[in-house]
Amino acid sequence: MHTLYNLVSGPLVWVAFILFIGGSLYRIITMAILAKEKDGAVYAYMDTYHAFRSIYHWIIPFGSRNMKRKPVITSVAFLFHLCLILVPIFILGHVMLWKDSFDIAWWYMPDLAADIMTVLVIGACVFFLIRRLTQPEVKYLTTASDFVLLGIVAAPFITGFWAAHQWPGMRTALILHMLSGEIMLAAIPFTRLSHMIFFPFTRGYMGSEFGAVKHARDW
Amino acid sequence: MTETVIRSRKIKEKKRVYPPRRPVPDLGLDKGAEKLTPERIESTIRSVLDNETGARLKVYVDTCAHCGLCSEACHFYWSHDGDPSYSPAGKVKQTISEIVKKKGKVDADFIRGAAEIAYTECNLCRRCSMYCPFGIDIAYMMLTVRRIAHLLGVVPQYIQDTAHSHSATMNQMWVKDDEWIDSLLWQEEEAAEEIPELRIPLEKEGADILYSVIGPEPKFRAQLIYQAAVIMHEAGVDWTMPATPGWDNSDMCMYTGDNEMMGRLKKVHFETAMRLKNKRIVMGECGHAFRSIFDMGNRWLAWKMPPIPVTHAIEFYAELFRDKKIKVKKKFEKPVTLHDPCNIVRGRGLHEMARYVVNEICTDFIEMHPNREHNFCCSAGGGVINTGPPFRNKRVEGNRIKAEQLFAAKSKGAQVVIAPCHNCHGGLEDIIHHYNLKMELKFLGDIIYEVMER
Repeated sequence: MHTLYNLVSGPLVWVAFILFIGGSLYRIITMAILAKEKDGAVYAYMDTYHAFRSIYHWIIPFGSRNMKRKPVITSVAFLFHLCLILVPIFILGHVMLWKDSFDIAWWYMPDLAADIMTVLVIGACVFFLIRRLTQPEVKYLTTASDFVLLGIVAAPFITGFWAAHQWPGMRTALILHMLSGEIMLAAIPFTRLSHMIFFPFTRGYMGSEFGAVKHARDW
Repeated sequence: MTETVIRSRKIKEKKRVYPPRRPVPDLGLDKGAEKLTPERIESTIRSVLDNETGARLKVYVDTCAHCGLCSEACHFYWSHDGDPSYSPAGKVKQTISEIVKKKGKVDADFIRGAAEIAYTECNLCRRCSMYCPFGIDIAYMMLTVRRIAHLLGVVPQYIQDTAHSHSATMNQMWVKDDEWIDSLLWQEEEAAEEIPELRIPLEKEGADILYSVIGPEPKFRAQLIYQAAVIMHEAGVDWTMPATPGWDNSDMCMYTGDNEMMGRLKKVHFETAMRLKNKRIVMGECGHAFRSIFDMGNRWLAWKMPPIPVTHAIEFYAELFRDKKIKVKKKFEKPVTLHDPCNIVRGRGLHEMARYVVNEICTDFIEMHPNREHNFCCSAGGGVINTGPPFRNKRVEGNRIKAEQLFAAKSKGAQVVIAPCHNCHGGLEDIIHHYNLKMELKFLGDIIYEVMER
């Protein structure tokens, strides 16, 4: 148990961060090179103003027509992504780890806020799961990997919540929490979670094509 | 107003089980698929994936989160009561993502099915890119499927015939060189009965404008050339038409996946305007031809933007009204509604200009909803109407939502639908008939001709 704890809290953290950061850079750079070779249009038509104009409309809640048409999924998706990013960065436990390891610190959120936001993430995952199982248009597209990805995202939050509340088996929960968090970080560049790194490029390119060439809005 | 209308519109009854797809018999698809071998399929697909696609396709395939939010962008999805196999991502799943995943190891049946989906169930209207949170270009992915199907020779017969016409005659409708000139002289003669001094200038070097039409105009909509000539004459425009191939800017090769031919067609077209030293090309009310010269054909020829300015009819009419070059005698009084064609609205943002022109010539304009960039396609575009009679019912039944949209405009009083695009015209004509909407259909040019001072 002790060895396992040392492994997940030591070397695997490094591995996860290296895979996450290195992998993301690798994906972006290889794609940029490939685009240069095969998709010259991407560079020719990419237009900063229109790219950001489109990104802007798609990162603010209800900024696009489709979001307005679908208020439930829009609200859930925005809360989910927001909490998913904020909680791991600003939760006290994590901030303390940074302080202990590297002597750097930043603002942390109150425990209650962290609890609520964690529950929101888990709830959103349940919502996505139900949506995948019940909505024909989503079910049709769903593959086994979609459930795996949902599990990868939900796991650190479920186990983290478990450990933070010191429920029975918290030691195991803590180890699972670190392990699942590491899996999620490492998975981002190499799975469909890579939409995190590619979103600005795909959206920005479509925004440029619509805005700069076709003089139309794409939201 | 717009928002409430759209938000209240829901797929009426989503079902648990949707009827299975039955392949529509088509000589081009069936015979083409019969000739395929696994080796040929694999090597063709690999060549397209390795040599013609790159980061875009990879990122699009990797990024799609299977969220299904693109579904309600598609008129086919709406019109099939939410059948997920008609959603944009559903069509991707059945075609290109399978092709990429299996690296080309798919069988002839699969290719036939994928070709039918890409050629007849997607109008490449790009509405889904406005509904996908990531802005994935699904039209591009469907075009990639068409490219593969073209190289494999699995293309619906009718549109392939049109593509053959393009390669043999440089126009869409097998119009021979002398027939083209004859048609213009004939229209000039007809128009001269009304305006004796009217001319259709041929081969006039240095004219400001090269006026370009598409194959169907000399073939069976010759009155449009007549009307255009009258408008040009009354506006006092310095214009000309070429007496050589290159007059037709339509392009079904762009839609079959025959990019090489698309390039040849646009090259002849641009070079004709350059030979005649025209300042710009003005074209009739056509959507796909505009896409071809403004967006796709020029790119194949490595022109970031067209090498010579291209003006769509809507822009041109707006210009004539703004500069008061044509005056309206008495505005058109029947209530009208306007269909926004994808290729000049999502493709060029001409929606406000179109409304300006409509308001200049009509007294009573009723919007249909959704409109502008969010308008539903006519389901004829993207070459779908050119796949011909075998797929007619599929096309018309696949766009019930458009009939509902037209009916809603009609119930507010609209009697005439203005569709400033040839394909939209064909598509809407079929929809109006099939759903018994009893609405009239007109080009902007029809109405301008009717109401202008002359």
